[in-house]
Amino acid sequence: MNGQATTQPPTRSRNAAVRALTAVARSAARALAALARSVAEPFVAIVLALLVGAVGIVMFSGLKAGHSNFDVGLPVAAYLALLQGVASPNGITSTLVYATPLILTGLGVALGFRAGLFNIGGRGQFLFGTVGALVVATTVGASQSSYITVPLALVAGALFGAMAGFIPGFLKATSGAHEVVTTIMLNYVFVFVTYWAISGPLALPNAHQPITVDMTTHNAALPIILGRDGHAGILLALIAVPLIWFLLYRTTIGFEIRSAGANPDAARYGGMKTNRLIVLTMSIAGMMSGLAGATTLMGVVHQVSPGYDTTVGFDAITVALLGRSNPVGVLFAGLLLGAMRAGSQTMQIQAGVPAELVDALQAIILVFLVVNVLRRWRIGRAANRGSSPAIGLDATQGAEGVA
Amino acid sequence: MSGIPQALDAIPILGVIFQFLGYTLANIGYISQTTVAVAIPITLAALAGVMCERSGVVNIGLEGIMLTAAFVGWIVGVAASGMFGVGTPSPFFGATLPLMIGLVAAVLAGMLVSLLHAWLAISMRIDQIISGTIVNIGAAGITGYLYNLISSQSPVGAGKFAPFVVPKAAADLPVVGWLINAVLGQGPIGITTIVIVIALQVMLFRSRWGLRTRASGEHPRAAETVGIDVIRLRYRNVVMSGAFAALGGAWLSMEQTNNFSANMTAGRGFIGLAAMIVGRWTPLGAFGAALLFASATGLSTSLQIAPPNGDLGQLMAHVPGEFWEALPYIITIVILAGLIGRSIAPAADGQPYERESAT
Repeated sequence: MNGQATTQPPTRSRNAAVRALTAVARSAARALAALARSVAEPFVAIVLALLVGAVGIVMFSGLKAGHSNFDVGLPVAAYLALLQGVASPNGITSTLVYATPLILTGLGVALGFRAGLFNIGGRGQFLFGTVGALVVATTVGASQSSYITVPLALVAGALFGAMAGFIPGFLKATSGAHEVVTTIMLNYVFVFVTYWAISGPLALPNAHQPITVDMTTHNAALPIILGRDGHAGILLALIAVPLIWFLLYRTTIGFEIRSAGANPDAARYGGMKTNRLIVLTMSIAGMMSGLAGATTLMGVVHQVSPGYDTTVGFDAITVALLGRSNPVGVLFAGLLLGAMRAGSQTMQIQAGVPAELVDALQAIILVFLVVNVLRRWRIGRAANRGSSPAIGLDATQGAEGVA
Repeated sequence: MSGIPQALDAIPILGVIFQFLGYTLANIGYISQTTVAVAIPITLAALAGVMCERSGVVNIGLEGIMLTAAFVGWIVGVAASGMFGVGTPSPFFGATLPLMIGLVAAVLAGMLVSLLHAWLAISMRIDQIISGTIVNIGAAGITGYLYNLISSQSPVGAGKFAPFVVPKAAADLPVVGWLINAVLGQGPIGITTIVIVIALQVMLFRSRWGLRTRASGEHPRAAETVGIDVIRLRYRNVVMSGAFAALGGAWLSMEQTNNFSANMTAGRGFIGLAAMIVGRWTPLGAFGAALLFASATGLSTSLQIAPPNGDLGQLMAHVPGEFWEALPYIITIVILAGLIGRSIAPAADGQPYERESAT
């Protein structure tokens, strides 16, 4: 009896400690589960897409001249060649190089998603950013050292990209013109503007074919920091990830962007200037794409001729969706897609499977991702009836757990 | 600073405007025929958009549907002419058996891709813009992949449909001859399009189907209450819209040219959506807007083929060719930004519909 009385207080405090511990453990487990889910869902989508892609490769293997019909070994050879293209020192550098513009542009698209904006204008913004860097290299590149030209060209690329993003943002804020249609129309406008700039004012004066100045001879090439062709732009992309994360989650603007995306009416009634947010977000998104264009010019292609184009704009949408509009997710999604792009060249050469397979795979990954096979399979069809719409622009689900 | 105003003074502005009007009138036959032709795929995309959005589904995947149809029409034409021979063009629009098989295949392919969008948007209730973007990325990837494979065989296509030759007596009529020539001097898909525009305008506002479509686009819950199966109606409309967009794609690879090239739709699906908005979600309005967008192309090709002379010619010589190519897109943006406030979308446009559960 006596012993019981004395042991009771310690037991209670031990109970409290246990309770606190279990609470911590439970919230940690929840966070881990959220993390696992945000990793597992893209992973399952990718695996399923690769399987569907394999079926596609087998089905159409006979279309190529000199290939046998229904070649079951071909997808294995193709995927092995793809892996082989990635898993080597050069392949890893190449992955990082491909991933750099994808991460930069993907961060911009993700930022737009968070604000409830769909920026499909990555292509045009990328190209206009290229023009910005070209202008600097052409005008001051020959007379200044690279310590001046390189930063100046990067800033010009970012500014030109921001301008290209500002236009649809401004149009949406002032007239309500939907950014999806205007950014796509602007893509074509900037394709022609770039074509004109490269073949006219920015072309070398006495070349046989219109071609721009070479970044390496005009002190505007990014220094190589890794392997054979790993340029300094990779660092820029890696720095941009925490910066955008900080902007989104640790600043007032980021809070306003997320509020406007989650509920524009509430944000407006709460006193936020949503129109200004739209313009700002689109400009930042454009800036990121412009930077992607500038780094690609200054670190990879160095010299361009009319017809220069990019697939980064649409790839970035996949990256942002795959990364759940979360900067860290965008980093990994960008690396993944970069690896696929890097390996696709080896795949095309060694296995004879066109590199366009990567584009098709992207779409299939996205279908599995948005249909959310894993969650549907777990919850079951009946339970899923009456739930809220599956992932859409509200990329908040799942992503918040990681942040 | 005074250099620019002085240079402007040197150009007789009024004279150039008159010259421009005169040039347009003199070349009206060519310009109008090109304009109508260029407007056809845009109109078909816009009609597909009207079909979808009037019933409450945003379909941004029209571009991908058109691209798929353009590819399938061409490749099935290639396969069919390998099986049945190319055949001699019949007097009826130069149609051959492979061409007809290709056209049917293109329409079916368009409906199938549209069904994917319908499933994602209506049944899976995914954000419809994302679903449409998936369709676009997939269409570009898969057609690019297959085209890359097939072009290694350097295939021979099935040719293309021929335009209707308007009798000379009608085409030479004073005042209206050019109009008859512009409208009727088109291929089979072109003429069908004009018929569809009128038929759809009547159907949408005068038939039971039209009323039901508009009801489920404005207030699906109310429509369901009076016994309309909103889900089924939306499915049917979206799949049908795939057939329209597919005709637009087939026009590109089987009527305008006899070949396929990667990403040959070049944003026409999106311009079609803009035409739909400018045309206030009505078929006739959309057709008018498509004609407006296409007139930039009509005018610029005319200026390139038959350059004007005098001051106008000198002015035009300074305009880079890329400007004319970018003009339809610029006009689209400007009109969209200027008109949007007065053009109101169906109330339930883009919102997934969820039936109230019985429990």
